[in-house]
Amino acid sequence: MGEEKRDSGPLSITYMADMPYDYHAGFYYSRFLKELKDNKRIYGVKCPRCGKVYVPPRIVCRDCFVTMEEFVEVGNEGTLLAFTVTNFPYTDTTRGEPKKIPYTAAYIKLDGSDSNIVHCLDETDEKKIKAGMRVRAVFSDTRTGDYFHDIDHFEIIQ
Amino acid sequence: MDEVAIIGVAQTRYQRDNPASHAEMAYEVTRKALEDAGLTIDDIDNTVTVCNDFWDGRTISCMTITEATGSHKVPTTNVEGDGTYGALMGAMRLLSGLHEVTLVVAQSKVSEGIPAVITNAMFDPVYERSLGLDAINSSALQMRRYMSKYGITEEQCAKVSVKNHKNAKSNPYAHMPLDITVDDVLKSRVLADPIKLLDTSPVSDGACAIIMAVDEVAKKRYSKPVWIRGIGHCADAYHLGDRDLAEVDALVSAARRAYSMAGIQDPVREIDVAEVYDAFSYMELMWMEGLGFCGRGEGGAMIDSGMTGMNGALPVNPSGGVLSAHPVQAAGLARIAEAVLQLRGKADARQVEGATVALAHGIEGACGQGHCVFVLGR
Repeated sequence: MGEEKRDSGPLSITYMADMPYDYHAGFYYSRFLKELKDNKRIYGVKCPRCGKVYVPPRIVCRDCFVTMEEFVEVGNEGTLLAFTVTNFPYTDTTRGEPKKIPYTAAYIKLDGSDSNIVHCLDETDEKKIKAGMRVRAVFSDTRTGDYFHDIDHFEIIQ
Repeated sequence: MDEVAIIGVAQTRYQRDNPASHAEMAYEVTRKALEDAGLTIDDIDNTVTVCNDFWDGRTISCMTITEATGSHKVPTTNVEGDGTYGALMGAMRLLSGLHEVTLVVAQSKVSEGIPAVITNAMFDPVYERSLGLDAINSSALQMRRYMSKYGITEEQCAKVSVKNHKNAKSNPYAHMPLDITVDDVLKSRVLADPIKLLDTSPVSDGACAIIMAVDEVAKKRYSKPVWIRGIGHCADAYHLGDRDLAEVDALVSAARRAYSMAGIQDPVREIDVAEVYDAFSYMELMWMEGLGFCGRGEGGAMIDSGMTGMNGALPVNPSGGVLSAHPVQAAGLARIAEAVLQLRGKADARQVEGATVALAHGIEGACGQGHCVFVLGR
């Protein structure tokens, strides 16, 4: 009876096909990525009405709903607002490879920006990290136009 | 407003690896909701499904449950966000004057996919995704920001998990009824600090359905239906960095709209029970603040006071909440179904005595980007 029950139970079918996409970065992100790649500069865009600077740049101001066209450079340094040391296994969906854990996701307000960015910190000991610390972008020597590669990581300014 | 009533509700039991197919689950709740309302499928003149392609692993996934929900003979459309938005769409259909009875069905089989991959795909593919953000560690950023801005402690967040898992013991539909202590939560495995395993909601499969009717139908057929008194919804900016993650502006706005429509001036006094979307423990504290149940930064003090416990002045998540069952698309609709049971006085062991006004809340997007608030009354 037990054997028969198991044999007649509901089954499942595994789906393992890749479903890749080629996401268009658009005009604003493309400018942002080119500045990182060619000049190691971080660019935002400024709202002509309220003056708020958004990083990364995008076309419309959230608050004013006006088109933003003025690209402005912001600092490579900023303030760490939040962080988390991630400990669970995770596949990097851009590369299709497992990410090394632990890694530290960081939520940073760059100097001169009114919005916050996400990136990673090279410190994975949570006891050594505090919200409010000053951090600095560390660029890769070989840059490819990929945000998470061209800025390799952020480091804590001692 | 007494223009739209909720006349039928049904839920599956929530569990991991429910072997039933999407259509089988959708059919189960459709049939049970009809039975609950005392209707047949021929009484339904339009349907709203709540399916999401990434979670369901198929394109235009709503089309797979048309027959199961009786949607192939009537006007139907799909909402891909939370189930509360499906209910919103259903109510709007009725208020349009074109329809009289709407069936809303939400279903999710979270265990079929890989939540970290699916929730990672919420994020901007060019700028945010390959950092490895998903629902858990983006929420860890939010929890950290909330704690550091307002002095909320991990213990206070853990108390939400203890309360809701305990409440789940009285809910036959709940996935994770647990007797745990604050210490158990604090010592559970760290996934992305400060989020520990017991601060998170489980991987749940399940479905929920509600049936709504216009006032003429509701008054004719039912002696004391549950009415939708107010609805409000609002979304915040897409990028995490464009919001202050410790703030709940969109929920404040959604709640204000719902309260205004329902004529509620003092939510803590006027609302008897609330079911909110606590995907993570800390979220319940933030949502209390956004819903105006306490001041900004006072969510921790509110859980400390016991006010949101089953014997408190405003019980929150008597069902055990989303922490105790998280069938993603259905989880917000389940909040509405549970609120309806409370107002009918049919919530059995989890009943809040004498509840006449209830609140149900759903979220969508990373870190509660969008919020939908229902005020129900009888």
